[in-house]
Parts: sequence; C-alpha cells; structure tokens
Amino acid sequence: MKNILLIAISSLLMACHTDNDDNISQVNATFNFIHYWDDTKVTNADFNTIQYTNAKGDELSIEKLRYLISKITFQKSNGETFVLDGYNLVDVTNGTNLSFAPTTTIPTGDYSDVSFTFGFNNEDNYNANYQDLNSSSWSVPEMLGGGYHYMQLEGKFIDNTATETGYAYHAIRAVDNSGAVPVFENTFFSVNLGAVSITKNATFEIRMNIAEWFKNPNTWDLNVLNNMLMPNFDAQILMFENGQHVFSLESVTQ
Amino acid sequence: MKTWSIHIGCILLLICLSCSNENPNEYTPTPSPLQIPQFFEDNILNPVIPNSNPQTVEGVALGKKLFFDPILSGDNSQSCADCHAPENAFSDTDKFSDGIDGLPGKRNTMPLFNLAWNYDEKFFWDGRVFSLEHQAFQPVIDPIEMHSTWEQVVQKLQQEAEYPNLFDQAFGASKIDSTMVTKAIAQFERTLISSNSKFDKYLLGETTLTPEELNGFNVFMDETRGDCFHCHGSDKNPLWTDNIFHNNGLDAAITDLGLGKATGDPADNGKFKSPSLRNLAFTAPYMHDGRFATLEAVIEHYSEGLQNSPTIDPLMKKVAQGGVQLSTKDKADLKAFLLTLSDHEFINNPDFKN
Repeated sequence: MKNILLIAISSLLMACHTDNDDNISQVNATFNFIHYWDDTKVTNADFNTIQYTNAKGDELSIEKLRYLISKITFQKSNGETFVLDGYNLVDVTNGTNLSFAPTTTIPTGDYSDVSFTFGFNNEDNYNANYQDLNSSSWSVPEMLGGGYHYMQLEGKFIDNTATETGYAYHAIRAVDNSGAVPVFENTFFSVNLGAVSITKNATFEIRMNIAEWFKNPNTWDLNVLNNMLMPNFDAQILMFENGQHVFSLESVTQ
Repeated sequence: MKTWSIHIGCILLLICLSCSNENPNEYTPTPSPLQIPQFFEDNILNPVIPNSNPQTVEGVALGKKLFFDPILSGDNSQSCADCHAPENAFSDTDKFSDGIDGLPGKRNTMPLFNLAWNYDEKFFWDGRVFSLEHQAFQPVIDPIEMHSTWEQVVQKLQQEAEYPNLFDQAFGASKIDSTMVTKAIAQFERTLISSNSKFDKYLLGETTLTPEELNGFNVFMDETRGDCFHCHGSDKNPLWTDNIFHNNGLDAAITDLGLGKATGDPADNGKFKSPSLRNLAFTAPYMHDGRFATLEAVIEHYSEGLQNSPTIDPLMKKVAQGGVQLSTKDKADLKAFLLTLSDHEFINNPDFKN
C-alpha cells in the first residue's frame, strides 16, 4: 500500500513540474489602445462636440470611431516569428475592446520587431466569415469586393458654408469598380512598433493620433472628401498613406 | 484493507447522498432550446438567453398564454397581442395604439421578432429598458397602455383556475409573482423568429429575385445610392438592423428626445433604434411616431426629405439637398427589394397565434 502511495505522490509531483530550460518561459502580451488628437487625449467622453481642427483648418467632431487590428506579430532577429491568434475591433465609441489580451503566449526574449496589421490582410479579409464582425455591421458590400471595414471614423465638420456637415471616413481595401473588372489595391498595412525585450507578461500601450488621418502626407479636405468614400479608390489610397503615421508605441510595461 | 474498503464505501455513500437533493415531487420544466436558423448561426453571434431564464416548453407555453390573455390589463379588456398582432408581425396598423382607456400612446408599436439577437438588450424605440424580461414589466403598468398594477395582475392570476399550476410547471412555484410573469412572456417572445422571407430563400439558393429586386438590393448596399446597409444590416447580417440608435433626419426641431431622454445626454436627442427591415409588408405605418403610412413615403424621406439638426447621424448624407436623390426606378426597385424581406410564414405560424 505504501508503495502505491509513493508512486501516486511521485506522479503528482512530476506532473506539476514545468520545464524551464534556458530560463525561457511563455508569457502573455496585452495591448491597450489609447487615442489622441495630436497631444490631447481623446475618449468617448470627448465625442459629439466640434472641438478639433484638422491640418487643413476645418473644425470637426468625432461621433464614432471603430477600427480593426489583426495579426500581432513578434519577430526575432533570426526571422523566427510568433503570430498571436485573433483580431480586435477597437470600439472607442462604446469604450469596448480598448484592451486586447490574446490567449496565445510568446516566449520571453529579445524581439527585433513587434507589429500588427491595421485591418485584415487579404487572406483574413476574404477567406473567413466572422460572426462577431457581421453582428457589428462591419462587413463590406460584395459590390466592393466583400470582406470587412478596416475603420469607421465619423463625425461633423464645419463646411465652407459654415454648416455642420457629416463625414464618414471609412477605410476598406481600395477598389475601382468603374470598369468591367474591379481593380483592387491593398490598403491594409503593418504597424511596426520596434524592438522589444520581453522578460515577463507585457502590456503594450498603442497610441493612435487621430489627427494624422487628416494630415500627413495628404492634407485632407473634408469639403471634398466627406462621404461615400468606400467606393472612392483614390480616397482609400489617401487614407492608406496617411495611416502610416497614425500609430505609435507609447509604452511597454512588464 | 478491510478498514480502507469501509472508508471508501462511506465516502461513496456520502457523494451519492449529496447528489440526490432533488425533491422527487418537484416538476422539472423541459428544456426547449431556441431553434436557431442555420444561416443565423453561420453569420451572426448566438442569441442572448439569460442564465436566469432558460427556455423551457412550459415557460414558452405559459408566456404565450399570458401574451394573448387580457387578464394582464386593468379591466381585462386588452392583451399584449391587441397591439402586437401576429398578422402584423406583432405590431399595430394604427399610428399609435390605444390603451384600455382609449388613450393613444406616444410611439408606434414596435414589431416583435428576432428579439433574442438584440445583443445590447436595449429595448423600446428609445432603449430605456435593459433586457426583454424588464421590458415586459412596462406596458402592464403604463397608465395609457394596460393601466394595471402588478399587485392586481398577480392577484388575478393567482385566483384563476389554471395559472397557479402552469406557473408551478414552468418555474416550480405556484405562488405567482411579476418576475415569473415577465420571464414567461420573454421566453415566448424569444421564440418569435423570422427567417423565411423570400430574400432568405434567395440567399439559401432556393429561389431567385427579379431584376428589379436585385437592383433594389444593390441600391440598398451602394454607398453612393441608398447606403442603407450601414444601419440596417446586409446579406451578412440577417437581422436587418444594427439595433443601434440614430437620428435619421426626421425633424429640424427635436420634440421627442428619444434616446436622449433615456441617457440624459443631449448628444442622444432625437435618436431612435433602427428598426429591422424584415416584415415591412405587415408593419406600416413606419418610424417611431408612425408618421409614414407607406414605404414610398419612407424612401422619399431618405431621398429628398432629410431635415438637418445637431444630432443628425453623419451617415445621413447630402442633407442640404434633402438626401441621396434616388432615381424613380431606384426608389421603386428599393421598395421591391425591401418587400422581399417580409416573411409570410412567420405571420402565419400557428405556434405564434392564439
């Protein structure tokens, strides 16, 4: 009987033992999304009031801001990559999904780059049906190629006639369907956050400067481009170009 | 070894005893999971069923009986179904429904279907109530609707011959309370699933659309024409609503605050829930105040009739021109498409009739 007990206890102890080879352990990464208009912090409490001025000089408000990020990737200098499962629809309007904690873990160590995709790459955009995104009315009409929005930024601006006018700055994959065959151009992009050394569970704070969508390199004219932008191929390219400067890494805490 | 065996035997006996705490005389209601249409399951998140109120055969049957029973009203003259008529997709053909005292309400009666997929669980045109169960509390005590009190309703139900036993079967308690009444009604309402319109069948490959209906769908989905899909769903969202609140440009001066009254936030003034576009053939008149008698009038509003106001939704485009300026053909085709979302099987389903 004693032998049986000894074997059972030994088995339990062995089962509880975790490998700790070379001091590498698996940790979690959490991504928090914060929002600014240049140096002014923006939350949904700041919505619905015309209080921001874009690069062109138009005064505007924000009423809705949602955007999709996916494919968070940790890359080592030797090319080895760790891609975290899942995607996140950041909903600033409702203050939801401002924090994203993928279940996939990553090994501790030095990474030459951490990145994520703004929107979906084409494989993720077209090869899967996402019940949560469909439920959030996030899909793109088939006539524009289908798939999903990358961003919905909406609000009001003071137009050239001093009238409050709505704008709907919706980012999708650019498509020109004026001809017999639609012509697409990729407008998702990778946001590179730079090198990070991960020693334990880490929290990344990602900053979106909303003003940049209207600023650099293209000074956005809301009087010209304020609505019906989804089928506007050129507008999508401008968004793509301005989007390159929108995100930055605010901090990493471990 | 013998001592060990006795100890193990005692432990097993205790485990067995601890698991047998059910009263053999207690009635256990029969689970009755919602029958979720496959293409709902494929495309959108699962419905909201509160853990505190699972669907059961007995609960749904009781809820149906209560829904059609005028006992819930102050003078036993009006049931839920009087304003939420099955043949009208559980809405009312009147602009405003009259309550038991002949007084009209202030908003158009909302149709009832696919309510379990209202993920935010904000009910009424102005979203003032959270959860379907809580919604059901309101009409009974509203002085211009059923004009009763829950004390009176519970007393009448308790004294009625059948109800105590039915409540016992549904909830394991023959002493009736208002919470059980609203739970039963909510269970019945969650079974009101509409998923068999012509357009549903088109998506399933079971029928075809006319060229006019197909063009109408394109108008609906085209951001440069109707751009209806941002608020009213799409072929990927069979609810045909976002269940979110918008000011759709009905009035320049807001008199009914809508969501703004519920939240206290002036930015919400004049916002009302996007209604589902299913079953429009049965749910006239339209809008929260029933101001439009026909679908033509609704389409005309979005095409030429928009009124600017501080909280108008940014998606209401070309407001200065009155709207999206649809062609006569596109208006007619849009209407033809919208009517393909009506579900005749739903309004004729005997499970939903008294």
